[in-house]
Amino acid sequence: MDLSAINPVQLIAFLMVAATPVLLAAIGELVVEKSGVLNLGVEGMMITGAIAGFAATVETGSPTIGFIAAAVAGALLSCLFVVLTQFALANQVASGLALTLFGLGLSALLGQSYVGVKPPATAKIDIPVLTDLPVIGPILFNHDLMVYFGIALVAATWAVLKYSRAGLVLRAVGESHDAAHALGYKVVRIRILAILFGGACAGLGGAYISLIRVPQWTEGMTAGIGWIALALVVFASWKPWRALLGAYLFGGVTVVQLNLQAAGVAIPVEYLAMSPYLITIVVLVILSADKSSAPAALGRAFHASR
Amino acid sequence: MIGLERRPQPSRAWSMATPLVAVLATMLAGGLLFAALGKDPVEAIRTIFWEPLFGEFSFYYRPQLVVKGAPLVLIAIGLSLGFKAGIWNIGAEGQYIVGALTGAAVGLAFYPLESVFVFPLMVLAGAFGGWAWAMIPAILKTRFGTNEILVSLMLVYVAEQLLASMSLGLLKNPEGYGFPGSRNLQHYDSAHNAELIAGSGMHWGAAAALIAVIFAYVLMNRHMTGFHIRLTGEAPRAARFAGVSPTRLVLFCLGMSGALAGLAGLFEVSGPAGVVSIDFNVGYGFTAIIVAFLGRLHPVGILLAGALMALTYIGGDIAQSNLGLPSAAIQVFQGMLLFFLLAFDVLTNFRIRLGAGEVA
Repeated sequence: MDLSAINPVQLIAFLMVAATPVLLAAIGELVVEKSGVLNLGVEGMMITGAIAGFAATVETGSPTIGFIAAAVAGALLSCLFVVLTQFALANQVASGLALTLFGLGLSALLGQSYVGVKPPATAKIDIPVLTDLPVIGPILFNHDLMVYFGIALVAATWAVLKYSRAGLVLRAVGESHDAAHALGYKVVRIRILAILFGGACAGLGGAYISLIRVPQWTEGMTAGIGWIALALVVFASWKPWRALLGAYLFGGVTVVQLNLQAAGVAIPVEYLAMSPYLITIVVLVILSADKSSAPAALGRAFHASR
Repeated sequence: MIGLERRPQPSRAWSMATPLVAVLATMLAGGLLFAALGKDPVEAIRTIFWEPLFGEFSFYYRPQLVVKGAPLVLIAIGLSLGFKAGIWNIGAEGQYIVGALTGAAVGLAFYPLESVFVFPLMVLAGAFGGWAWAMIPAILKTRFGTNEILVSLMLVYVAEQLLASMSLGLLKNPEGYGFPGSRNLQHYDSAHNAELIAGSGMHWGAAAALIAVIFAYVLMNRHMTGFHIRLTGEAPRAARFAGVSPTRLVLFCLGMSGALAGLAGLFEVSGPAGVVSIDFNVGYGFTAIIVAFLGRLHPVGILLAGALMALTYIGGDIAQSNLGLPSAAIQVFQGMLLFFLLAFDVLTNFRIRLGAGEVA
């Protein structure tokens, strides 16, 4: 065992990379839940995004097109959820599960010919002077663009939800769809847009795993990260900045756990691999006492009766 | 414009018909999918639904139907109790694994002692393992209000790691030349969950599944607990006024589904699978969710749905070897089934009105 091989600067840099997929998916789901919809299909949309982004990148050679394809694929899959919950008024829990089961199958089907293929690398930013700074350079100025995109998305979501009219309407729909409907807002339309946004974000998160984090394609490679994103929304009490904090916490646990595996600590690999899931449970337990910030209409179907 | 109008009462006719309509729609959409993969859609659908039952080798496939259907029904019956009350245990896969581990561990602990008591003890241990694993989300929910969906699901991943650890470590066959995996319980008579009637596929798991169906039917229709479950699902406020304890209901529903999933795992590991190995679990715990919904959360419906789902598994295997249909295509096919079911379910509670304008 050699713990001195673990470099703290590298650890923090890796942590940001490990946190990005779960952060992207969680921010999308946060917006969906703010509109009063509970979409448990995050895992399914992520894995579909993962293969769509991977395939598009391998075929075109451009990670940018890959990420766009992943967002589109995630949003397309979430359309199925829209049909089920917004038009057929199906149970949201069951519909979300359906989305996940379907997405896992679909991605395995699409991904058959991509097993073992290596995707083109995604470029990291390189700002002369800044990237070469000791400590700060590798942590802040030497990542791929998606890491910054994730943080920017958190800031944008926070600003829109808090200060814009659109954010206010979205929150109103999530708190009381009947009141919002009575005020003349198109409840279903607003929720559809939120669900599509959530799907696109989950797709991006998935593609980040298959293109940058791993990078290769294997069946079921998201391994529960979509579910952790759902837990993260609860952890964050539906607040964007706390989602960022939670994602980095999760990323930290993952990276430390992987480093301990590599350093050959006397704990068996399997028990270390369990730790992110166990810690998610522990955090959920600690934070679930306070449910006051949950959107009041979360998970309830809306049907305008006359 | 097409509008929806809520029915004064849910339609019984549509409630019965939606699973059939959903199966037909899935066959159509599945046919399109198979055609898109370059396979003859009619031949593929025929292979999946006809070949296992009446084809040339049906004498081999029919028992397989029981073997595959038994765990699905057993797990789905347990899940349906909770789903009816709005208690969502989606970690049955984890409870299935842990039940198999604890059951197999008891069996292996007695090796090579031959006794009639070994198998019953394993059954108890299997049920206990699943129950205990399900008690984690149950107690966290009742004690701290933690979301049982997320906790039960996280525990699936924990259980998978536990399974890996056990098959590489504690339960590894000491005479296995270092290969991962436990002793084969099929070669240990006292612990072997053998076929009750040779060649029928009927093992103790299938018997337990049938008992569970009857038990669930009696519970839901003739027993106070069943009434409380239904009441909580349909009118939670009324249930609270009627004095139904949500805590006890959560503990009962999660515990029951956990124990049944654990049993399914034990019967699988001591019978068809034989060994505790890393790839022991094949997703029965998740497919059982589809089975529970397809069976309308009704015990008899679940029995039929389990048989149908087993058919798609076996038919899918045949289509894979005969037509080269990828195994993932069957997974998509099963996922579609749940989609169509949920989509058509709207007709149970709503009437479609043509010509109705936007709501004012």
